[in-house]
Amino acid sequence: MPLGYIAKRLLQLVAILFGVSVVVFLMLRMIPGDPAQLLLGEFANPEELARLRTQLGLDRSLPLQYGIYLQNLLQGDLGNSIRTNTPVAAEIWGRLLATLELSLAAMFISTLVGVGAGVVSAVRPHSAWDYGAMFFALVGVSMPIFWLGLMLIYLFAVKYPVLPMMGRLPMGLEVPAVTGLVMVDALLAGQPVALWEAGRHLLLPALTLATIPMAVVARITRSAMLEVLNKDYVRTARAKGLSEAAVILRHALRNAFLPVVTVLGLNLGLLLGGAVLTETIFSWPGLGRYVVDSLMGRDYAAVQGCILVFAAMMAVINLAVDLIYVLLDPRIRVNE
Amino acid sequence: MSRWEGLQDLMRNWSAAAGMAIIAAILVVALAGPLLTPHDPLVPAPLDRLQGPSSAHPFGTDSLGRDILSRVIGGARISILIGVISVTISLLPGTLLGLLAGYFGRWIDSLIMRCMDMLLAFPAILLAIFITAVLEPNLTNTMIAVGIVYIPHYARIVRASVLSLKQQLFVQAVGHLGGSHTRILWRHVLPNCIPPIIVYATLGMGTAVLQAAALGFLGLGAQPPSPEWGAMLSEGRQYIQIAPHVAAFPGAAILLLVLGFNLFGDGLRDVLDPSLRSQ
Amino acid sequence: MRKFIILLAVTVCLAPLAVLAAGPSQGGTLIWGRGGDSVSLDLAQATDGESIKAGVQMLENLVIFEKDSMNVVPQLAESWTVSDDGLTWTFKLRKGVRFHDGEPFNAKAVYDSFARVIDPNHPFHSYGKWVYLSLSLGPVKQIKVVDDYTVALVTEKPYAPLLNNLALWLCPILSPKAMAEYKDQIGQHPVGTGPFKFSKWVKDDRIIMECNPDYWGDKAKVDQIILKSIPESSARLMALQSGAVDIADDLDPDSIRLVEANDQLTVIKQPSVNVGYLAINTDKPWLKDARVRQAIAHAIDKETLIASIFQGMAIPAKNPFPPSIWSYNDGIKPYAYDPAKAKKLFEDAGFDFSRELELWAMPVSRAYMPEPVKTAELIQAYLAAAGVKSKIVRMDWGTYLKKTSNGEHDLCMLGWLGGNADPDNFLYGLLSADTAKTPGAANVALWKNAEFTDLCLQAQRTFDKTERTKLYLKAQEIFHQEQPWVPLAHSTIVRCYNKRLHDVPLRPNGLNSFQMVSKDK
Repeated sequence: MPLGYIAKRLLQLVAILFGVSVVVFLMLRMIPGDPAQLLLGEFANPEELARLRTQLGLDRSLPLQYGIYLQNLLQGDLGNSIRTNTPVAAEIWGRLLATLELSLAAMFISTLVGVGAGVVSAVRPHSAWDYGAMFFALVGVSMPIFWLGLMLIYLFAVKYPVLPMMGRLPMGLEVPAVTGLVMVDALLAGQPVALWEAGRHLLLPALTLATIPMAVVARITRSAMLEVLNKDYVRTARAKGLSEAAVILRHALRNAFLPVVTVLGLNLGLLLGGAVLTETIFSWPGLGRYVVDSLMGRDYAAVQGCILVFAAMMAVINLAVDLIYVLLDPRIRVNE
Repeated sequence: MSRWEGLQDLMRNWSAAAGMAIIAAILVVALAGPLLTPHDPLVPAPLDRLQGPSSAHPFGTDSLGRDILSRVIGGARISILIGVISVTISLLPGTLLGLLAGYFGRWIDSLIMRCMDMLLAFPAILLAIFITAVLEPNLTNTMIAVGIVYIPHYARIVRASVLSLKQQLFVQAVGHLGGSHTRILWRHVLPNCIPPIIVYATLGMGTAVLQAAALGFLGLGAQPPSPEWGAMLSEGRQYIQIAPHVAAFPGAAILLLVLGFNLFGDGLRDVLDPSLRSQ
Repeated sequence: MRKFIILLAVTVCLAPLAVLAAGPSQGGTLIWGRGGDSVSLDLAQATDGESIKAGVQMLENLVIFEKDSMNVVPQLAESWTVSDDGLTWTFKLRKGVRFHDGEPFNAKAVYDSFARVIDPNHPFHSYGKWVYLSLSLGPVKQIKVVDDYTVALVTEKPYAPLLNNLALWLCPILSPKAMAEYKDQIGQHPVGTGPFKFSKWVKDDRIIMECNPDYWGDKAKVDQIILKSIPESSARLMALQSGAVDIADDLDPDSIRLVEANDQLTVIKQPSVNVGYLAINTDKPWLKDARVRQAIAHAIDKETLIASIFQGMAIPAKNPFPPSIWSYNDGIKPYAYDPAKAKKLFEDAGFDFSRELELWAMPVSRAYMPEPVKTAELIQAYLAAAGVKSKIVRMDWGTYLKKTSNGEHDLCMLGWLGGNADPDNFLYGLLSADTAKTPGAANVALWKNAEFTDLCLQAQRTFDKTERTKLYLKAQEIFHQEQPWVPLAHSTIVRCYNKRLHDVPLRPNGLNSFQMVSKDK
């Protein structure tokens, strides 16, 4: 693995994060709305407002505010939330894990179903299955997921109440937090009931969040597989008398994986965006909802922290995708 | 391939034909809207609120007693407008930046593409939320925000086409004959970038409609009493238990329109640019 | 043998139930669903209802409002005296009270809890943001520890409402040891003397508190309270219906209808001391004529607004404050809903019908205005019916408050909750010329009526209640004639809960201790 390449990419990452931090900082200050006024509400008088603004450091000049922010940031301190006065890093961490659990579940569903449907479609092109799957995939990529989520809630929580509509566990049920991922924690604690309940709570939001990536993965898998299945080495494998399953799994799918990996990687970005909507609908205590709430509350430090985390995750994922690319296909050279 | 043949190809492609049919139908509804609506989409009748679908109100009424069918029809015009305008907003600067970056290369390329990377570092919806918050939430600003978010996508596509064109001889040949940069870009490079741009723009309209509806859903888009579909859906969320029809119909309308754009875009891609098929 | 063991096990498990069934029900976990999370449980820093709701279960004050009245009675103070010059308030403290961390409650604790707010040199001062000083300890100049169980508060000038301030949530007594230990994080780990003690807080999800077994007074009847954040109103409703929560707060009016129809659930209602109003900016030339403002009042059908959007959970308003407050002028005849008359009045006043009025809608819902956007949409339609065009303007809450207090709107919606139930709070505070100065005007109609303001000032100087009543009755007549606001509604406050709960409190001021609440098994 070319270490120089990785180092260069990491450097770029730092530069982008720095840029993002400046952009977010400035944009936040351009948003109309005074955090002090928001905190105090309609019953505050002007002196109380002015005092709070001073205490929050909002009366300092912008460059000074940014300087202080950057200085703290370099020491690993994301600052304190204006609304709750707690360290933003701690607030973000718990919610990040909630988002992570949701995203991983969605990723799992979308990969499993998407790759499966795509492979079957490619193996039997122009069959009823193929048309059916691809039509559903097309509906999937066109789906307003906030609507889908609501309709799922109506169907499975209101009309036929078989699944919970919000939260991560039933009220009153507790799992000792080790990893912060409730299903994993339930496993570790050996609590089958909690595991089952956590799964039930996760199902609807994960399905909602998985819809678009699932459809995208199905489409890309199908076309990548179709291309590979026509290649000489697959024909050779077939001619050698290998079973069809072996041909598809061992030769075709492996080579079709490259574009699929890219799409999967890019999908994590999609998932993070989708999390904002899904978490809002399902009252999932994750980062997506937190960042929107913080923005509405003009909680500058919290928003800055969240965006940095989001941006860092996206950048790291992109880097990982590129590296996996190299691993899967040594012919690809790393200089672009 | 003549234009006429191209159109015939398009009609023969079932995906494009279906997409075109959906878009055409919604377009007719949008244009003829006021003639079709059985009720005024904006006038409340508070005592008839939250009625289920009936012959008088095929889609039922909302929390202020307005006819949801009429509002969905009224919203068609807004959604199509959102699609067209936001795509234009991302298309023009995106294409220009992509052309410049790809054609001139070097530091211009680096500068432009690093800025684009920065925009891409945000999840799209989050960036859109941010921009609307800065500009203050309303319909126009929703379109601007969604437009800005997708500029980097066009820049990247155009840049990639330009890079591959540059390898081809004829651009170099023109360069040797002494054409000005503007002339080369305008007459030789740009026309060759158009097919992928058209395909991407069509698909992009679907994405734009989705994103704008999401902003409306979060209360950052069109403002009341505008019958924007996302905003209607957002209102319906509150009544999911007692009146699910309030959310069901506007959401279905969003899905249909986006599906139309995606079908049409897929078809266009097959016809215009078969090499893009696998993307 | 195996059977026997099972039988034994079952008996052992059921025995406590049998005991409980016989006696009065005690214990259990109360799950309380609400719209949002608390911000800070150090109530001296709290400005939001969700923090207050949770904090008052754990923290106590020197004095407290008596249940079902606005009288102030002892809590951690046993008695108090005021010096003849009205400047020094001396409190005798309750003995034998301990904080949740085992520290003793005494004069030092009171001193630290109060001095940190008003004394910039106090070591704890920098640990917090002390807001709403005007409602709390602002008037106090000095705090004196007389002995271990006596504290004196000295004010700059005689300030009669001090006792009321001390009863508000803003003046809790916390453990000095905890304040020193947690520093600026005390709001995340409150340590008080109340009937419940803090146990755990999972952000955006739940706050858990336990019954305080060493409480100095009557111990709480439930073992545990879980405050669960459920942001979506429909989800809260469903949690209540399924029994997952015992209480669901802030349901919208349509959901409350469903709760009323459910025989497992119950709704208690209280008239609140609030008003939701449409303020008309009298500084705008086109709204200066009183006839225009009367026309707007005639154009709006308050009855239908309340029947539909409020689902009947309000009474129509005709005066600036609700009938539950003394000196309410019931002789006032409200402006009847009459679009034709409204149109005529607009014409008489020479109103320019081509002008589009800006109708500012609150971005947040409040008890006094549960559905602000829908209310605005309805008002817009009513104005249209009288021939007047309007545009709904929305922005974030902070900007909304700032700009309306600058007078940038034509029409804006706002409301008020009269905490101390005094007409002065509404009339002088929200409508006098003194409070109409921009920026920061509380009188967002910017209505500067000399006669009205004089009446309010005169009433402030008058101690005889009958005389004051006369002045306020007259002031309301002027208000009615001039109509700087269209008062819309006085909403009803409600609490929706499962019938297995008993003695659930609901007080107009929002300070509800759950000490006496019990839950059936």
